[in-house]
Amino acid sequence: MDNKIRMKAENVDFFYGRQQALKGIHLDIASNAVTAIIGPSGCGKSTFIRLLNRMHELVPNAVLTGRILLDGKDIIAPDVDAVDLRRRVGMVFQKPNPFPKSIFENVAYGLQINGMKDKGKIEERVIESLKKAALWDEVKHRLHDSALGMSGGQQQRLCIARCLAIEPEVILFDEPCASLDPISTHKVEALILELKKDYTIVIVTHNMQQAARVSDYTGFFYMGEMVEFGRTEVMFTRPRDKRTEDYITGRFG
Amino acid sequence: MKAGSSRIIEWLGFWALRACMGFVALILVIVFYDIITKGIGIISWQFLTQPPLDGMTKGGIFPALIGTLFVTIIAGLLAVPLGMGCAIHLNEYARDNGLTRFIRMSIRNLSGVPSIVYGLFGVALFVEAAHFGTSILAAGCTLGLMTLPVTITASEEALKTVPRAYREGALALGATKWQSIWGNVLPYAVPGMLTGAILGISRAAGETAPILFTGAAFFLPDIPNSVFSQFMALPYHLYIMSTQHHNIVLVRPIAYGTALVLIVLVFTLNLAAVIMRYNLRKKGIAHGQ
Ligand SMILES: Nc1ncnc2c1ncn2[C@@H]1O[C@H](COP(=O)(O)OP(=O)(O)OP(=O)(O)O)[C@@H](O)[C@H]1O
Ligand SMILES: [Mg+2]
Repeated sequence: MDNKIRMKAENVDFFYGRQQALKGIHLDIASNAVTAIIGPSGCGKSTFIRLLNRMHELVPNAVLTGRILLDGKDIIAPDVDAVDLRRRVGMVFQKPNPFPKSIFENVAYGLQINGMKDKGKIEERVIESLKKAALWDEVKHRLHDSALGMSGGQQQRLCIARCLAIEPEVILFDEPCASLDPISTHKVEALILELKKDYTIVIVTHNMQQAARVSDYTGFFYMGEMVEFGRTEVMFTRPRDKRTEDYITGRFG
Repeated sequence: MKAGSSRIIEWLGFWALRACMGFVALILVIVFYDIITKGIGIISWQFLTQPPLDGMTKGGIFPALIGTLFVTIIAGLLAVPLGMGCAIHLNEYARDNGLTRFIRMSIRNLSGVPSIVYGLFGVALFVEAAHFGTSILAAGCTLGLMTLPVTITASEEALKTVPRAYREGALALGATKWQSIWGNVLPYAVPGMLTGAILGISRAAGETAPILFTGAAFFLPDIPNSVFSQFMALPYHLYIMSTQHHNIVLVRPIAYGTALVLIVLVFTLNLAAVIMRYNLRKKGIAHGQ
């Protein structure tokens, strides 16, 4: 691999109660690159990506074994605070979930809970984040309108801005374009490509073309296992495993 | 043929259900008509602001009105924070295990406990063990306790209506659990929580049994001067005027007047709850939920 490894899953098994959702996952996530996770519905993509910032802890009876490393340190270890971790590893969800507050407040929220008090600084950071999320021009005249009055695509970019505001190191996207139209999808994809200069990005997607367009590395998950992992262009042109080939050529899934 | 018979069944069902509703509405109308026509004549400024006079055959209901207001307020002060806190814990923090299931079941069962039993419990706990004596405080706490199950259940329902995405969104930004609840759950749940609590409290305001042994007095010429005083209350006053007075026939108008005031009080509370819920719904639609 060309890039430095930022996050790493080592022999990860995951269970919802007794039901096993992930089996023996090994995965390297490269720094300043986009790693895509693809696979048929129910194969464990969301489950996996949520482990990376410990959102799985919200599920009762979740059991995780194995190690997940961020810069070589096990983030599952009991001495690691999930709240601190989530400030370093941000997440954008499948369905845009802005808070029912104003556009400005949505972005400022993460700063406020992180203890930023200086109004001027907050404003500066909000504007900067909205610009980075390619949303500024569309909302600069209505910062104090409700975020719920925005289009789906704008809402999703707002969620990205909200995430950028707290300056995470890694950003996790769980099917960020699933509920967006092609134009909004294009904007979000362009944004992801732009963001990888500064961030490490993991994206779950159902859309093979999207994975091909935005990612540097791709992991193919199937029934809770990672079948194949490699550079995206290699995976999409010369898959090693029959199942990967069937999936990316659309024979199932 | 088949379509015809199902149309008839449809028609019968519709009218049967409509008749049920009409019957219930009719009973309500009769009750109101009876109380309003018989009670309205006595209502006057004096009736609301004077104590009972001449062996409770004349005068008004001022001490009872004040007493009921005070115990209701105390019931609210106890039930609302305690009920909300309990609901927040159950819904946001507690794991779904045998213990929490047992607690939920107990809460549901508590709402079925007869009010006189709450009265006895209030004597043991507040009057005696806590040394409140027979007082506004003891009676208010007893009513508050009685309202708790309703408040908790309604508060939990309100919390459940807040989308999970709000919580996850906040947590993913590095909010602590409490920050996410405080900033992104409670603002949307509190109106619903309060609506439920008010309905519970308005129910309690009209109760006689729980205050009977815990502080309500037969007759007190003055209004209470502290939370440790005994008090008169509208429902108990009504009970006395209709069954215990030495000249029941003479004081019948006073009894009806008391009933009317009590009903208006309870309805005002319920109306407040309904308005709150209406505003909440309107806001909910604006939120696109
Ligand atoms: N909270 C949960 N409790 C129990 N089982 C769950 C839970 N969430 C997911 N699962 C199960 O775990 C498996 C993997 O689910 P997951 O959501 O990770 O799939 P996915 O690959 O993201 O699918 P999709 O593409 O449809 O989003 C599925 O069988 C699912 O039913
Ligand atoms: Mg998923």
